[in-house]
Amino acid sequence: MNLPSAAVIALLGLVLAGCYREKREFQPPPPGEAAAGAKATPILAGGGPALQPGSALTPDRSQLDENAFAVNQGKRLFRWYNCSGCHAGGGGNMGPPLMDKEWLYGHEPADIHASIVEGRPKGMPAFGGRIPDDQVWQLVAYVRSMSGQLRKDVAPSRSDSLSGPPPENVRDNEKPVAASAAAGH
Amino acid sequence: MTTAAATQPRLNSVPPTAQDIAALERVWRDPPGFLGWLAAINHKAIGKRFIVTAFGFFVAGGLLAAAMRLQLARPDNHLIGPDLYNQLFTMHGTTMMFLFAVPVMQAMSVYLVPLMIGSRSVAFPRMNAFAYWIFLFGGVMLYVAFALNIGPDAGWFAYVPLAGPDYSPGKRMDFWAQLITFTELSGLLEAVILVTTVFKLRAPGMTLNRIPLFVWGMLVTAFMVMFALPAVMLASTALITDRLVGTHFYNPAEGGDAILWQHLFWFFGHPEVYLIFIPGLGFMSSIIPTFARRPIFGYSAMVLSLIATAFLAFGLWVHHMFATNLPELGKSFFTAASMMIAIPSAVQIFCWLATLWTGKLSFKTPLLFVLAFFFVLVLGGMTGLMLAAVPIDLQVHDTYFVVAHLHYVLIGGAVFPLFGAFYYWFPKITGRMLSERLGRWNFWLFLIGFNVTFFPMHLLGLQGMPRRVYTYGAEMGWGGLNALASLGALTIAVSMLLFILNVWRSLRHGEQAGADPWGAGTLEWSIASPPPACNFAAIPVVAGRDPLWEPDALPAHVSGLSVDSREVLMTTVVDAHPETRESFPEPTIWPMLGALATTVLFIGSIFTPWAVVWASLPVGIALTLWFWPRRRENAAHLALERTP
Amino acid sequence: MRRLLPPPVAAVLSFASAFTMAQDRPNVVPGVHDALVAAGPQSAHIGTLWNLVLAICTIVFCAVLLGLVVAIWRSGRGDATTRADVSMVARHERGPYLGVIWGVAVSVVLLLVMTVASVVTDRALARLSLVDALHIEVTAHQWWWELQYGGSPDSARFTTANELHVPVGRPVVLTLKADDVIHSFWVPSLAGKKDLIPGRTTTLHLRADQAGRYRGQCAEFCGFQHAFMAFEVIADPPEQYDAWVASQRRPAAEPADATTRRGQEVFLRSSCVLCHAIEGTTAAARKAPDLTHVGARTTLAAGTLPNGTSEMQRWIADPQRLKPGVNMPASTLSGADLGALAAYLVSLK
Repeated sequence: MNLPSAAVIALLGLVLAGCYREKREFQPPPPGEAAAGAKATPILAGGGPALQPGSALTPDRSQLDENAFAVNQGKRLFRWYNCSGCHAGGGGNMGPPLMDKEWLYGHEPADIHASIVEGRPKGMPAFGGRIPDDQVWQLVAYVRSMSGQLRKDVAPSRSDSLSGPPPENVRDNEKPVAASAAAGH
Repeated sequence: MTTAAATQPRLNSVPPTAQDIAALERVWRDPPGFLGWLAAINHKAIGKRFIVTAFGFFVAGGLLAAAMRLQLARPDNHLIGPDLYNQLFTMHGTTMMFLFAVPVMQAMSVYLVPLMIGSRSVAFPRMNAFAYWIFLFGGVMLYVAFALNIGPDAGWFAYVPLAGPDYSPGKRMDFWAQLITFTELSGLLEAVILVTTVFKLRAPGMTLNRIPLFVWGMLVTAFMVMFALPAVMLASTALITDRLVGTHFYNPAEGGDAILWQHLFWFFGHPEVYLIFIPGLGFMSSIIPTFARRPIFGYSAMVLSLIATAFLAFGLWVHHMFATNLPELGKSFFTAASMMIAIPSAVQIFCWLATLWTGKLSFKTPLLFVLAFFFVLVLGGMTGLMLAAVPIDLQVHDTYFVVAHLHYVLIGGAVFPLFGAFYYWFPKITGRMLSERLGRWNFWLFLIGFNVTFFPMHLLGLQGMPRRVYTYGAEMGWGGLNALASLGALTIAVSMLLFILNVWRSLRHGEQAGADPWGAGTLEWSIASPPPACNFAAIPVVAGRDPLWEPDALPAHVSGLSVDSREVLMTTVVDAHPETRESFPEPTIWPMLGALATTVLFIGSIFTPWAVVWASLPVGIALTLWFWPRRRENAAHLALERTP
Repeated sequence: MRRLLPPPVAAVLSFASAFTMAQDRPNVVPGVHDALVAAGPQSAHIGTLWNLVLAICTIVFCAVLLGLVVAIWRSGRGDATTRADVSMVARHERGPYLGVIWGVAVSVVLLLVMTVASVVTDRALARLSLVDALHIEVTAHQWWWELQYGGSPDSARFTTANELHVPVGRPVVLTLKADDVIHSFWVPSLAGKKDLIPGRTTTLHLRADQAGRYRGQCAEFCGFQHAFMAFEVIADPPEQYDAWVASQRRPAAEPADATTRRGQEVFLRSSCVLCHAIEGTTAAARKAPDLTHVGARTTLAAGTLPNGTSEMQRWIADPQRLKPGVNMPASTLSGADLGALAAYLVSLK
């Protein structure tokens, strides 16, 4: 296949991928019976119950990684729900940094979802039941964009606020590795 | 130094012999076949496809509007949700303003101006082809994006911060911003072509004082394009970099300004509507003399009015920003300027009325469309004066009152004359007459449908209905007028169908037109319909403003231009004295391929800034091969050179 | 899941679905919303100018049309074969010349009149007396209006949403800010509009001279729910206004019965507290409308729904049905919890 054809096909691929990237989903899929893909891990904040009462989990929504609208909503929610209070703009403060390659509890969407929903030791609250599950998946997608994991055309660009870290769509892809000392510091 | 085998080049004689005519036809026509169609550079071929493409976008924009009117016909309607509706009105505005209104005027001038000034070609014919392809590819890109749900959705005016990276996620608005790049490039190139054509390629004796008013209009428009389009190019580029690489042009938190966008955009945006309006005035000044059987009254006043309108148009842009917190005294200046621009338009209208009053009228379809201008445009102009007053604007800004105003001035001022122009010049372009009967039905349905659609919107705006709303509550009481407007929209759709039917049937069965079916006075009517590939086998010499009517004009033509290669006579700017003979390039596919390469560059840079670097390599290659001299052409041109 | 649904197909499907999932939005009884019905000096000044300009423009329009009709009537008739008359190329046409000169002269005079009238009206608008003005801070969000009333000491300041109360006859100075994108504050019966622009603070002065409810709506395209971003300006006689202010300054009413108590519990343990505040409880987030006195408002969701228990319930259950794209997520509360919550909120008068 010659260069022009390859280029055209690559371009076409990017453009066609836009179909899902640009979808604005206002109604999340209804909560399923078994939350397939939403993990319940043995790591719990203070050993308490995994989820607050009255919560309902939606099935795995890791495909929101490819939906620019959802990632952008996640960015808004990161701001609104004051995640920066502990994680700053991603560089970390009281909480661990989110824009580097070390992941204490796993980097897969389901892992991050579990961390948000169940809470984690040393201060990460359990937001399950507080934050609607679809919003958690949006936050998951945004958190993954903070270390450059998302495709450049999906990750958000700069925000309309005082500059912090570089826009998510120009960050280097920090290939995730498991944290060296996962069992306590 | 001629080559050994070269014979003396053959030149045209006066009157041109049959041999001359046949040779010129061979030399000036475009190559046959599909590849030949891609390589075409004859201004009439490019002009025709340009007109058809722009009209296609007009129909597309109209269908989008029909969808919007369907949704708004009833309160609390669930036909179209907010996301799709936002895309619809953005696409409608973007299509009509960038892909139809300005391009169709440039397209008509690409076809008509050389014929009106007695030239065999436009200047820079290959660049003309390139400009068409860029326009087409940009429009196709936008519609493919829309079809794939990546269509822009923040309005055709794309105010930041809504259109910025934070509030318009994804690539939708990037496609919009890049469409601007496509249409700017096309528009600017066409403007350069037009100015050069009008200044340098006129027939001998056609001083600036004698060129048709339509040509004046297009000349003035082209200069406006060159000053206005760079502003939106700057604005959209800053938007692209804000969205792609994180610049802060429009980020107030980092020293940018949301109002900067508005200033840059409207500095372009206001002249833009005059880019659409002034060619319409040109059409009026072409059609009225023919159907009043006399030249326009007040030629000099008309020219000065066109120039004054163009200058003043650049001093009005803040009237789109009256609701912002700009200083009140400054806004008053723009009130005065917005009122003042009515004066040159009034001069034109009074001169036309004087022409009609003292003429002998023939009520053919072109004249009907022209007469509708006086009703529709003047009403729109009146509401424009209302909007010029800051206090009134503060009530009706961003309501359906403005929607009514803009459609009255743009459709009344440009689209009605455009349809008159279609009916007027269709015989010249195709050799067949459009049906008068269908034309009348087309006209009346359009006029009635238009008023039924848009007049109620004045009332809706005063009753408080804002723009760009995907629905409204039944309790507001806006349902009745909206339903009426939607009914009118249906009528407009029917009238357009009639027009398309008229064109379709007339192409096949229309009455043969002959060279001059209307008995008109300008040069394009002196040649066959459709015109031969070379336009004029012998360039005419002109001695008056209406060369076909001036009784004392001695029929004179220029002999001595080559019939074996593309040769064009260039004349001086003001007095049109013959100056030099210029050899013009032959058809080639490289403009089209160059446009393709440029398209890849533009679309690629939506996704990564590196596209600007890597994709400029194929563009460079295409441009190089475009300009690469061809031996045979060179030999033919050299053979024509004379020692002084 | 990736679905390739081009907009035309989506349109057809939503047309079909319109008949299955059509949610009738209960109608609000709107306040006065008409630019030509002036209830205060600002819109009255504009109305006066409107009348003058409308009169002038109508006369000019009719004159031009008359000119056209007469021109058509008085002109001769011809066709393509009629010889074109080029005699005027060499002579001066006195009639048309005078006609154009007079037409232009009259136009210039009328344009000057309108320009002067506009500037005079501008000045009148700028000179509204601001003695004893009430200051309200308006912050526009996607897609609701945050209103902050001042007071001293600072504990007398209060925040409400979507419904302004102003005293009749007292000037109001609105300080306008935007939190996200450009919006526009427009209450046609009281004043012209003013944009709220992020990064800038703008002001609008108005005064309501008649008691009543005046509807306003956002007038700058701001995203999905621009269509349903309304607000109300309620002009109260001074005593009623003072009573309203006093009640707004009080913290939220304590739940009086079991249902509302349960409702408060539900509120405090669900996602509501992440965005909404109720003074007097621990809920203090400022991302969504303040609900301290939500029960006293005439409408919900920025003028989208009338206020009432069932409407409140419908709204909380699924805001996306009524205002697709709005920032409030659907709730996952059970029926009983939902009912209690709605009852509690409606009780917050």
